Parts: sequence; structure tokens; C-alpha cells
Amino acid sequence: MTTSLTALIAEDEPLLAAGLKAELQRLWPELGVAAIAGDGVSAVTQALALQPTVCFFDIRMPGQTGLEAAQALAEDWPEGDTPFPLLVFVTAYDQYALQAFDAQAVDYLVKPVEPARLAACVARLKKRLDDRAPVVARGNGNGNGLGQPGGNGASPLDQTMEQLRALLCAHAAPAAPRLDVIQASVGNLVHMVPVDEVLYFEAADKYIRVITADREHLIRLSLRELLPQLDAQKFWQVHRSLVVRASAITTALRDESGKVFLTLRGRPEKLTASRLYAHLFKGM
Amino acid sequence: MSTPPLPPLSPPSPVRPSPAAPGGAAAVECSEAKPRWRDLLRHGLTVAAVNLVVGLVLGFVAGGAYFKQIVFSECIGLSCWLCIDFGRFLLKPDTETGWPLGWRLVLLITGGTMAGFIVGHAIGELIFGGSPFDTYLMGRRSLARDVAITATIGALISGFYYHRGKTQWQQAQLARAEQDATLARLDMLRSQLEPHMLFNTLANLRVLIGVDPPAAQAMLDRLIAFLRASLNGSRTTQHALSAEFARLADYLALMAIRMGPRLETRFELPDELRDVPVPAMLLQPLVENAIRHGLEPKVGAGQLVVSARRDGDRLLLEVRDTGVGFNGGAPSPGGGFGTAHVRERLAALHGAAASFTLAAAPDDAGGTLATVSLPLNP
Repeated sequence: MTTSLTALIAEDEPLLAAGLKAELQRLWPELGVAAIAGDGVSAVTQALALQPTVCFFDIRMPGQTGLEAAQALAEDWPEGDTPFPLLVFVTAYDQYALQAFDAQAVDYLVKPVEPARLAACVARLKKRLDDRAPVVARGNGNGNGLGQPGGNGASPLDQTMEQLRALLCAHAAPAAPRLDVIQASVGNLVHMVPVDEVLYFEAADKYIRVITADREHLIRLSLRELLPQLDAQKFWQVHRSLVVRASAITTALRDESGKVFLTLRGRPEKLTASRLYAHLFKGM
Repeated sequence: MSTPPLPPLSPPSPVRPSPAAPGGAAAVECSEAKPRWRDLLRHGLTVAAVNLVVGLVLGFVAGGAYFKQIVFSECIGLSCWLCIDFGRFLLKPDTETGWPLGWRLVLLITGGTMAGFIVGHAIGELIFGGSPFDTYLMGRRSLARDVAITATIGALISGFYYHRGKTQWQQAQLARAEQDATLARLDMLRSQLEPHMLFNTLANLRVLIGVDPPAAQAMLDRLIAFLRASLNGSRTTQHALSAEFARLADYLALMAIRMGPRLETRFELPDELRDVPVPAMLLQPLVENAIRHGLEPKVGAGQLVVSARRDGDRLLLEVRDTGVGFNGGAPSPGGGFGTAHVRERLAALHGAAASFTLAAAPDDAGGTLATVSLPLNP
């Protein structure tokens, strides 16, 4: 059974996207470019819809960066047999990212892309797909439907998760002065909320919901701006839009899909930690 | 086979003079010790040469006893040299010159000369078979003469090397300052050229060469013009407003090729204002900010308008984009290096008479409006 090889290119500069598509068609004719996304948000929606084999993500894109898009994709990737796409990041000049990529062996390309470099990347991708294929074939050959559900894909997926986590860490903003009090204004009134009373922060559009035991506030900040100002030991990011105070969590329940459900002290709702951060909730 | 990533340009750490080591040369940092030994040797050889000359002269005066005079001269001279040139490290040498200062210097020279005189004479006497202190029997006048010669030459040579040490240190400082200035200029150039912009532009050019060669040539021409204007170090020159707009058009033409339908530009320059002189590349940082912080991050298409108009006796230059804008409260993305530079230039040229404002655009299309206000010469 031959599965079709598809690729998604996320690149906001139209000439570069067309150029990459043309070069890929020359070097890897079997790979069909399924779509070209022009920004970081549609890159994720299209990737989830088309479920391509390979994704080429430009780092600097409107909407969200290539790394953020990869994170969102990792968190929202559906359960099932479809393996997570192979990721290749493309950047014109980003010295920190390059160091991170080197360490993580997630492939990357530097613009302008030299044909020889792209050929090497294609060879690497083909090898990764070949390494993956026999495992899948074994499952099919069995014919009795017993295979470990997601077990075949779990290891490479875990690997990808780990690589992504490391990349996100490397790309994170440097620590800023520690915040002790959250100031949430409502009209003329400003609520001063000690950071230690906050149970969790949830990102919502351009705002963040600040949840304490008895009420919730809204602050006009992005999670990206808030995170460096929080103590990383006390406040854990468990999802791209959720940061929880670790001491406010009573239990963490892991389910088969890899997601983790958190119950909090003093709040009825349960929070979901994505599989990217599930590693935080292990026994000692 | 893989393209090596561009290495970060790390400034080499300049060698700084080590603080004066209390005590001998052994405590001195490695980077300083080597030249010191070479210097000392050179001093020694010079002293030996001078001694030779003195010896010859004295020998001539003494009616032919050249050998004896030369030997004595060398013994005394070299002993003085050893005492002074090595003794200076024991007397807290100043980092600038390598020599002690003030009373220590006087002590060094007189003490060194005296010690050298005594030791030198002793050695000389021993060589010629006499007892070490025979010198002092030779008579007051010739002793006084010997002391005078030793003291004078000692002082002269010490003075010469002190001065030399000082000049060398000053030259080293100058070289270091020049290196720092060059590095600062390099950093500024890097921030002006913005590697991200440069490599993306080149990547687009590369694709265009294969797809539409004439268009590629036109793009390259624009890039060349833009680079020339950027690399022109002197930003104190002025040029006509039409030239300023032409340079901005180069940059925006490149951005238009890169962003495709996402960027729409418009220039508004009334004919009567075309020849008004303005500082070169004054508006460049504003246009760059409008693109980088306003339109590039925007999902979807946007507009950039650069306009000039007369308002009474003032010239108003405006850069307006319909990009993502910025919160009045949050640190303005355009309020970084670029706008600071614009403010500085305006202040330097016109003082309080010129102004610069950056605010949210006044109409529904959103985005940001940057305004520069200059006095118009009648």
C-alpha cells in the first residue's frame, strides 16, 4: 500500500514559497506540495486538515512563528495512526535558533536555500520515512488488529515532542524582573492580586485570564510577555495557552492519549495539560 | 555539504594592561612578562654599547689604556643597568611606564647608580687582580670624576627609557581605542543592514533570476542603490526631498517583491517641495519600523504611505502604515534604536524647532502614524 507523500509549506513571502516548491518538485518528484500557507495560524489549521507527511515552516511569519505553530500542531494533533509530520524549519538568519537546531537534529534550512543543502535535507527526510515504514508494515501484516494503538508512533512522537520542547526553551525570552503582584484594572479600579494567590493563567485572544480561588481577572498582556516575569519553578506552562501554579494542583491524571488532566485546589474545573508538557507530571 | 550557519561576530577581547604587580616580575601576567624580557635585553645591549663608547673615550683621555677603561666602563655600566632596570620592579612600577614614580624613581636612580658604581668597580678591580675596594684609594678627583660620569650617564639612560616606556603605553592605548571604535562601527553596520532583511531579499532575488530575469535585474539595481545608501557612513549630509523619497522607494520596492500582494505603497510629494533639503536617510528607520513592526506581522494585506506636505512655515513628513499598531501603554515597538536615532538627528540639526511623534493612526484603518516636523527655510 503506497501512501501519498504530501508536504505543507508555510512561508509568507510568495516568491520564496514558489521557489521552494519548485526545488522540491525537482529533487523529490514523489512529494506533492499539498498547500502553501501564508501565516503561522493558517499553517496549523491547514496542517491539521491535510495531515501532510512533511511540513516546511518558516520561522518568521505573521500570526505566530514557525516554532509556535509547531507547538500548536503538536498539541492539537489528533490521536490515531497518522504519524506526526516531519518538521523542517526555514530561517533567513536566526543565530540562536541555528544553535538549537544543531543540537536537536530537527532539520533546518537557511535562506537562500542552496540546492545541495536541500538535497541533503530531502535525503534525511526519506531516511526518516524509511525507518518509520517497516514498523507500520509490521502492524498491517499482523492482520489481527492487535498492535499497540499509537505504540508504533509513540516513540517517534515522543522524540519530536522532546525536540520541540528543547527548541521552545532555547527560543524563550530571557528572564525579566520577577512579578509579585498582578495589576488588573477595571475602569478606575485596579485590583492588586498577589501572584501567589493566582491558581492559573489562561490566554484568551489578546488578554490573559487570571484565575484565583474566588474570582477571575483580565489583564492585557500576552502569555509570551508574562512568562519571563514569573518564577518558572512555581508557575509551570502546561499548554501553549495555560500556565498553572504547581502548588495549586492536587492531582494529575494521565490518560492513554498522553494528555494529562489536572484538578485544582479550590476550583471545580479541570485543566488539560498537552502531551508536550505531560513529562512534568511523573512520580518522584 | 551543509551550509554553515553564519557565525556570530564576537568581538575579540582586547588585552588590557595588568595592574602593577607588587613585587617582582614573576607576579606579572603572562601577556606582559614576555615583552618585558625582550625590552630588558634591549636596554642591556644599549647600555653595553654606550659603555663601550664611554670606555673608548676615557681610554683615549687616559692615553691608550682602552681595554682597562672599557672593562671598567662595562662593569660599572652593566651593574648600574641591572640594579636600575630590575630594581624598578621592586619599587612599585607604574602600569603606564613600567617605572616607579616620584620619590621611588629618585631613590631607584640614585641608589641603583651608587650600587652599580660600587659593585662595578669591585668587579673591575677583581678582574685586574686588585682588591675590590682599591678604587677608593685612587684619589678624590678621579673618584669624583668617575662618580660624576656614572651618575650622569645613569640618569640620562634611565630618563630615556622612562620616556620610551610612557610613549609605548600611550600608543598601545590609542590602538585599543581605535579597535573599540571599529568594533562599534561594525556593530552599527550590522544593525543597519539587518541580516534577516538582507538574506530574505537575496533569497527572493535568487528565485526571480530563474523565473523572470529582467525583473531580477531591476530588483538587483534597487538592492544596490539601497546598500549604497545604507553603507554611506556619513549621515550628516543633506539631500533633496526627492532624493530621500527615491531611496525609500528603493527599499520599499524590495519589500514589495518580498511581501507580494500584502504590501501596497504610496508616495505623496508635491512638486514645490521636491528640492527642499532634508537630512539624508532621515525617514529610513521610520519606514523600516513601519514594515517590521506594523505590516510584516500583520496577517493579510496592508498599506504604507509616505507623504510630505507644507503646514505654514513647517515641513511635515509622515509615514503611515495600516499594520498591527501598538498599545499606547506597552513599550512601543518602534520606540527602539531607530526612533531614538531620528530624534537625535533632529535635535542635533534643529534643536527644539524640530519634533517627532509616533502615535496610533487617527482613522479607522488602524496602524501607526509617525510624523516629523521640520522648520522650512523660506
